[in-house]
Amino acid sequence: MYVIPLLGIPPQVLFGQLLLGLINGAFYAMLSLGLAVIFGLLNIINFAHGALYMMGAFGAWLMLEYLGIGYWPALILSPILVGAFGVLLEKAFLHRIYKLDHLYGLLLTFGLALIIEGLFRNYYGVSGQAYDAVPDMLKGGYNLGFMFQAFGINVPRMITLTYGFGVALAAMAGVLAAPIYHVSPLMGSDIIIVVFAVVVIGGMGSIVGAVVSGFGLGLIEGMTKVFYPEASNTVIFVVMAIVLLVKPAGLFGKSA
Amino acid sequence: MRLQGISALLAATALASGLTMSAAMADTIKLGVLDDMSGVYTDLSGPGAVDAVKMAVEDAGGSINGNKIEVVSADHQNKPDVGTGIARQWYDQDHVDAIFDVANSGVALAVQEVAREKHKIVMFSGPGSSDITNSKCSPVGVHWTYDTYGLAKGTGGAITKSGGDSWFFITADYAFGQALERDTAAVVTADGGKVLGEVRAPLSTPDFSSFLLQAQASKAKVIGLANAGGDTVTSIKQAAEFGIVSGGQKLAGLLVFLSDINSLGLKTAQGLQLTESFYWDQNDETRAFSKRFFERNKKEPTMVQAGDYGAVKHYLEAVKAVGSTDPDKVMAAMRAAPINDFMTKNGKLREDGKVVRDMYLFEVKKPEESKGPWDYYKLVRSIPAAEVTRPVEESACPLLKKG
Repeated sequence: MYVIPLLGIPPQVLFGQLLLGLINGAFYAMLSLGLAVIFGLLNIINFAHGALYMMGAFGAWLMLEYLGIGYWPALILSPILVGAFGVLLEKAFLHRIYKLDHLYGLLLTFGLALIIEGLFRNYYGVSGQAYDAVPDMLKGGYNLGFMFQAFGINVPRMITLTYGFGVALAAMAGVLAAPIYHVSPLMGSDIIIVVFAVVVIGGMGSIVGAVVSGFGLGLIEGMTKVFYPEASNTVIFVVMAIVLLVKPAGLFGKSA
Repeated sequence: MRLQGISALLAATALASGLTMSAAMADTIKLGVLDDMSGVYTDLSGPGAVDAVKMAVEDAGGSINGNKIEVVSADHQNKPDVGTGIARQWYDQDHVDAIFDVANSGVALAVQEVAREKHKIVMFSGPGSSDITNSKCSPVGVHWTYDTYGLAKGTGGAITKSGGDSWFFITADYAFGQALERDTAAVVTADGGKVLGEVRAPLSTPDFSSFLLQAQASKAKVIGLANAGGDTVTSIKQAAEFGIVSGGQKLAGLLVFLSDINSLGLKTAQGLQLTESFYWDQNDETRAFSKRFFERNKKEPTMVQAGDYGAVKHYLEAVKAVGSTDPDKVMAAMRAAPINDFMTKNGKLREDGKVVRDMYLFEVKKPEESKGPWDYYKLVRSIPAAEVTRPVEESACPLLKKG
């Protein structure tokens, strides 16, 4: 059977690549969602997000390695544990700095990210770990079921919980990533810069923006990998520059 | 773009300024280990490389003719500008006599130029680009452990000859990956194979699935991975998930280190053929060294770390023989003496800086063949030095022509 090549490549390859773009987009969306929620309510630019994502993946690996806990329980347990860690971080550090300039939050969370990443690197090296507990039914497929509701409740306790929830989202993305990518202490810093670009493009604090631009940029990056792979790690920043020039508050952001 | 980049830079600056103060002591022989301490190549060189250098210094008695031997180290962060900055500071202000390792070909080629300009010795163990001793060769640069020419001949040649005659490359988009792809493509074509295409992936790509699908669609019999470290690990792992190997295509890891196999696990890595110049479990001598290394570092040494030991040993013996750290005298002595240690047998340092040595083609064991942790390779064949060294007549290095 002869198929007409579309844009110079066969359609089945193109659609395969589009699907991959959506998968990566889902990770971007999930991580940037957590970031957007945290920024929207707490006004904190959470640079530790990548490290917490990495902790989620390592949580799943550690549970498998030492406790024999499989993928599905880990998908619940690891985010809960890392989320609880997030609550501790908020209680211990972050709640002291809400009234200060954004820069303080950025520096604090950046420092936390370096400490967390450094600890994992020290104990597990940079090459990473193999996570073998992939359920057969999950190979190649991901189920992202989210409910968006009532994020606007402004009670003080909600703040802590919001941070915990945003962090748990990062950890959940980490567990989802564990069987697909390699579980390595560097995995967080590899992805966090991109995710920040996604959040900026979507509009800081905009939940819809985070999701839409996450998927959109996943697709754009996927296509770049086919047509000009050398630029695949920069294309998102090119898009970011263009969006910021045209619409400084981001695609879905409210101008300040 | 790494987060730790900033902190590492601060640490390097702090380290460097600390060194300046202690540098004034005259009669110390100072060795600098410049490698990747925090990025994708940390496990294959990193702190283990520094310790291998220290082991060689300890074995030399810690001093030569009453002159103390000192070891300093720094993180080049896989950035040529950071690497050359440290190299300049070491050579100019800190009185470092020779620099070792320099994992990452991009950094290595830049440091090669600094060493040439300052006329100081640099001995590469970590980087792979064969350009280091070809068009970019230097009278004071030594390429000790392996190069892309040898890898291409070893792994590329073996696979092409056993029927893998059409190739698609997934290449790390910088000096090393491009050199490895070029050298391997030459071997494939020379042995009657065809190259169907290639894709250039940026260094430290977290997701190779797109590139793997392109490789799959090319219908090539062999997918050549012209990358290293974390990139190789990710591509092999994801290739297993996409069922590329079970679908009939063969993966050729053109540069795979022991640390990569340890991270992948035998279930994923089994059957992979690879070329190295050292494996810890080759004979009593390699086992003896590796046992010592293991006790100190809690892991078996890679060929890069073992090579660092050998390079420092050979350097210090030359310094002792000529009673000086003068680069020209030491280079001449290193060229004159045959290289013999636990890893290298009858090696020779050629005029272009290449260490002429045997390499080994290994195959990764199946999980049931392995007796335990780190029991990963079985020897397929020893490859004589002549097969894995660029012949003098094919070399573009002017240093080989003048004699």
